[in-house]
Amino acid sequence: MLATNAANLDTAPAVNSRFRRGPTWYNALFTFLGFIWLIIAFYPVLYMLMTSLRSEQGYLLGIPWLPSLHPTLENYATVVQAGFAHFFLNSIIVSLCSVILIVGCSILCAYVVVRSRNRAVRVIFNVFLVGLALPIQAAIIPIYILITDMGLYDKLIGIILPSVAFGLPLTVLILVNFVRDIPNELYESMGMDGASDFRILRHLVLPLATPALVSVSIYDFVQAWNNFLFPLVLTESTNSRVMPLAIVSFQGQYTMNVPVTMAAVILSALPLILAYIFGRRWLLRGMFAGFGK
Amino acid sequence: MGTGMNWQRWVMVAPAVLFFAVFALFPMIVAVYYSGLNWNGIGIAKWVGGQNWAELFSDGEALMSLRLTVELMVLSWVFQTPISLLIGVFLAGRQKHRAVFGVFYFVPLLFSSVAIGVTWSYILNPNFGLVDALLKAVGIGNGEQNWLGNTHIAMLVVSMIIAWQFIPFHSLLYQSGAKQIPDSLYEAAKIDGAGPWSSFFHITIPQLKYTVVTSSVLILTGSLTYFDLIYVLTDGGPGTSTTVLAMDMYKQAFSNQNIGYGSVLAVILAVAGVVLSILTLRFTGFNRMESQLEGM
Repeated sequence: MLATNAANLDTAPAVNSRFRRGPTWYNALFTFLGFIWLIIAFYPVLYMLMTSLRSEQGYLLGIPWLPSLHPTLENYATVVQAGFAHFFLNSIIVSLCSVILIVGCSILCAYVVVRSRNRAVRVIFNVFLVGLALPIQAAIIPIYILITDMGLYDKLIGIILPSVAFGLPLTVLILVNFVRDIPNELYESMGMDGASDFRILRHLVLPLATPALVSVSIYDFVQAWNNFLFPLVLTESTNSRVMPLAIVSFQGQYTMNVPVTMAAVILSALPLILAYIFGRRWLLRGMFAGFGK
Repeated sequence: MGTGMNWQRWVMVAPAVLFFAVFALFPMIVAVYYSGLNWNGIGIAKWVGGQNWAELFSDGEALMSLRLTVELMVLSWVFQTPISLLIGVFLAGRQKHRAVFGVFYFVPLLFSSVAIGVTWSYILNPNFGLVDALLKAVGIGNGEQNWLGNTHIAMLVVSMIIAWQFIPFHSLLYQSGAKQIPDSLYEAAKIDGAGPWSSFFHITIPQLKYTVVTSSVLILTGSLTYFDLIYVLTDGGPGTSTTVLAMDMYKQAFSNQNIGYGSVLAVILAVAGVVLSILTLRFTGFNRMESQLEGM
């Protein structure tokens, strides 16, 4: 697979000259190796899907690497009957609330960090930078005690609050970088007209920062949606169960009925699968929000 | 509006500061205090000073978990970096079929660690799993290899699954890095008579230097706190063969109700995380990380 970019003969445009070196068999070899990786990367996902469409009998007796001859949706029905919609809704609530709070707080904070030269604000920003490095795991014990003392244990809000706190540093940093790129003249021309900070934020910053806001929102949503440690430590009842915990409990409950758990796994990724199908570019950009603009 | 502060601006900063202070910064400081307590989380806490810390050095399990964490970092780097780099460069090529491959390569990104862990535990199951059935069908082994239940290979298998999960992410990073390499470099090399291999080693790799650093740092900091997938796949076992630091911390605090000792491990995690990140900023700077993504 080495030197892949040097190995293409079939793309015509002259700008692609770097891909027109090396013999043709290179091309064939790289395509072959690329295909092998395709199987490694995608086949397990296909296996999830195939298994989720099998009956319990079919799973134990059928050939595991081939699709079932009698695909069935009964596992999805089982998962839905087992309260899936409730867990799904919990996850949606936690993720959406987290995103709104993180992005809302962050854009306000980012605006002030960019616009003000106050020393305290500098310090605040630097603390957020250090906060980037703090792993959730390191604070989970005191968070557990704190949330319990606040009476928020086993409540969705108890997951949301710390998720917001740990989502802030990266979001603030990305938005600061973005807001900083807005030319100073634009601020000045608005400030000249006597516009307040809120007005400038609403009519200048928000419209210009929309792509960045979308990206970080997607990033924060994926983080919240997949978060496992906070719900694991901060909730226990079925009532406040979110998706990742639901998968684990399905696995425990249906130990021998693998197809049911696979159906739960597929459904748990539904928002991201749909986003990938309908807006792949946005989703992938969003997942990289932390490392680009 | 000038560059000074007024009450309006303080109001704008306040929510972010409050959230972060109460639910991140304050707990972090409290963790240091907890590390000096003898406490089960419910009863009366007793201040024991550095006793928990002293215990650390005589606790074989904790030292083992430190070692396993380093092992996981190394294995993750070794599995993920070369493959991600090659795939990224492969995908940066402009052939249509490579773009199609890319669509499938990134699909693992859609699943949570928990979903991936559960799926792989079934794929590797020694009784009805896919891998053993396949191996049996082609005549290798008796079809009963317990991939995750074998002390010697559990960590290796876990890091391979982690690699499966994260290679898509890193190859995307390398893809956008490789797309930014100017064609003129390759043309010049060609005029000088360089073949594809030599272009790869003398142009592609050096040009991807910062991407390698960015990706490596993410791999290292990520594996430091890796928890979800291990929790689902092995729960730290068999024995303690996959009990990395984050896992050990969780077990001490939430299974053994040993808040003080768990906090010692948590503080070590935090310090290691901060040190790694400072090294990151030292060697890369965030701006360079950003520039990696402009080709996306």
